[in-house]
Amino acid sequence: MSFVPVINQWPESRLQSLYDNIGPSDVEAALQKEHRSLEDLAALLSPHAIPYLEVMAREAQRLTRWHFGRTISLYTPIYISNLCAADCVYCGFSARSGSREKRITLRPEEIRRECESLVTQGFESILILTGEAPKVVTPRYIREAVSIVREYFASVSVEIYAVDTNTYKQFVDVGLEGTTLYMETYHPSTYRDVHLMGEKADYVYRLDAMDRAGQAGVRKINIGALIGLYDWRIDLLWTALHARHLQKQYWQSAIGISFPRLRHTPSRYQVQHMISDAELVQSIIAMRLFLPEAGINLSTRETPAFRDRLIPLGITHMSAGSSTQPGGYATYRRGEADERTNYREVLEQFEIEDTRSTIEVVKEIRAQGYDPVWKDFDHAFNALNENGTATTSL
Amino acid sequence: MNRDVKADPLVIAGRTFHSRMMIGTGKFPSTDALRAAIAASGSEIITVALRRVDVKDISGKDGILSAIDPEKQLILPNTSGARSADEAVRLAKLARAAGLEPWVKLELTPEPRYLLPDPIETLRAAELLIKDGFVVLPYIQPDPILAKRLEEIGTATVMPLGSPIGSNRGIKSREMIAIIIEQSNVPVVVDAGLGAPSHVAEAMEMGADAVLINTALADAREHGPMAKAFAMAVEAGRLAYCAGLGPRRDIAEASSPLTGFLFEDHTASTSGSQISGKE
Repeated sequence: MSFVPVINQWPESRLQSLYDNIGPSDVEAALQKEHRSLEDLAALLSPHAIPYLEVMAREAQRLTRWHFGRTISLYTPIYISNLCAADCVYCGFSARSGSREKRITLRPEEIRRECESLVTQGFESILILTGEAPKVVTPRYIREAVSIVREYFASVSVEIYAVDTNTYKQFVDVGLEGTTLYMETYHPSTYRDVHLMGEKADYVYRLDAMDRAGQAGVRKINIGALIGLYDWRIDLLWTALHARHLQKQYWQSAIGISFPRLRHTPSRYQVQHMISDAELVQSIIAMRLFLPEAGINLSTRETPAFRDRLIPLGITHMSAGSSTQPGGYATYRRGEADERTNYREVLEQFEIEDTRSTIEVVKEIRAQGYDPVWKDFDHAFNALNENGTATTSL
Repeated sequence: MNRDVKADPLVIAGRTFHSRMMIGTGKFPSTDALRAAIAASGSEIITVALRRVDVKDISGKDGILSAIDPEKQLILPNTSGARSADEAVRLAKLARAAGLEPWVKLELTPEPRYLLPDPIETLRAAELLIKDGFVVLPYIQPDPILAKRLEEIGTATVMPLGSPIGSNRGIKSREMIAIIIEQSNVPVVVDAGLGAPSHVAEAMEMGADAVLINTALADAREHGPMAKAFAMAVEAGRLAYCAGLGPRRDIAEASSPLTGFLFEDHTASTSGSQISGKE
């Protein structure tokens, strides 16, 4: 079922009126509850909740430990292509901004080389990423990539352009566990203002992509709003509604949330709705109180110091040792010339703030009394035979 | 009566265990914490989520499996994360093929939020696995009819939940678990939701044959002492049950029995005047 009728019931004016009618007593009432409503979430996201941050943080920690224990699941990304046909005005790597000669798509043997390099670090969970170029970086190619990566790792997820139900199903058939797709912003007119070109400009097609993933049987669905594009207090309520909608519709899928914030933007775009560190913490712990069982992901977009502080505050999944450049682990390592191609320096998808090695991140997780979890999925969950092809339809 | 715990063993599928406490291995902050909990508990059945380990590496040097001593403890693989009978069966077979004993704790929890067991898929998977020679210990809702159906197809135990996994709420399903215990011909293991030694003692006092503990140990500040406390509560509860604990009274008994008049001396006064009402 589409999310459109749900979001239509909650236009911005209705969400804003929730905030307009909130006072400190609503925050206290929200804190007392076990099952929290959207009104409660608004109270916890409101400026009235700032004096309660410590209380909220303790409750967020308690709920996270209840559901996930003292563990942090680790994953790392493999960017298989940085080609992009979209024009997102906030992105330095869009079709119009990035330099064309640094764009590549990894060949299957190069994907293998990346996998072989990551296997030795202990990873069992991989996120495959591409840009928005479905005509060149086709679903068929991505399906092959999933199939290859699955040979090396227990869990494979994708963060790619929105696809149709059948394509998601084909990915599941070759062993896909999860998918991440950020709506960027749920605010329709802002969405249209910042996405100028390509299929990504279609708001409704992107909005319903995770419903299609749910229908296709994708087990882990990760959503998020790119914080900075629009009023984050409004966008996070829409994100929460989206998560609840997906939980109800696809009750066998685990819904996760990320809080990516816009950091480095091209000169043509000024971030209008920046969020402070304190407000980002408030957002994460408020969402934990609203969705106690949701996975919350934290990427290397954030600084090491800030990431470390967030470990005990509700985060459940972290990436580590990331390269956002296709071939960045083994094929086209920074500074190494490759004789077979001209690509000495390959465009990164975004700049990483936490450049620590995987070992350093693991050490920090352990130092905080948390157990790093590498493997949390098994091929036995996929009805595949040894050749990696589906034996039964899921 | 001086009962020896060793003289009162737990027998599952013909195999004898001297501890009535099973331990789950998820959520611990480190392998050392898990190792401390196992050692202090004296537990002999340790369940491991197959999705969390590499079964091809069962003698692994680190991680969950390294905390278990196969000489002292049975590794009980579980199918946590499986959404269908087919997935659970594949996982169990994988574990057996890797050299683990053909025992499996069947966990079919298709929804990731509350991890409640699916009765339909659990029954189906149990049938398939038993036919294939597995010893099956199914995690179930406290449903007495389902418990009997599983027993009839040959499961080695039934493992009803006390309250949702990880909730530490204790036995919220007391009435149903009491019926399961009363009717069962196989050991009843209360699994999930037991958050304090007092909860465990309650389950054992009711006549449960064993308990399974995970979150309460994983979340403790000191894992060894907490595991010890739980193990003592298991023993205390079991001993009390075997020693003939009086039934629990939910309402205070009236101090004047309803049938007291039958034995009164009617010569002393007129009828009714001696029967006191509420005191």
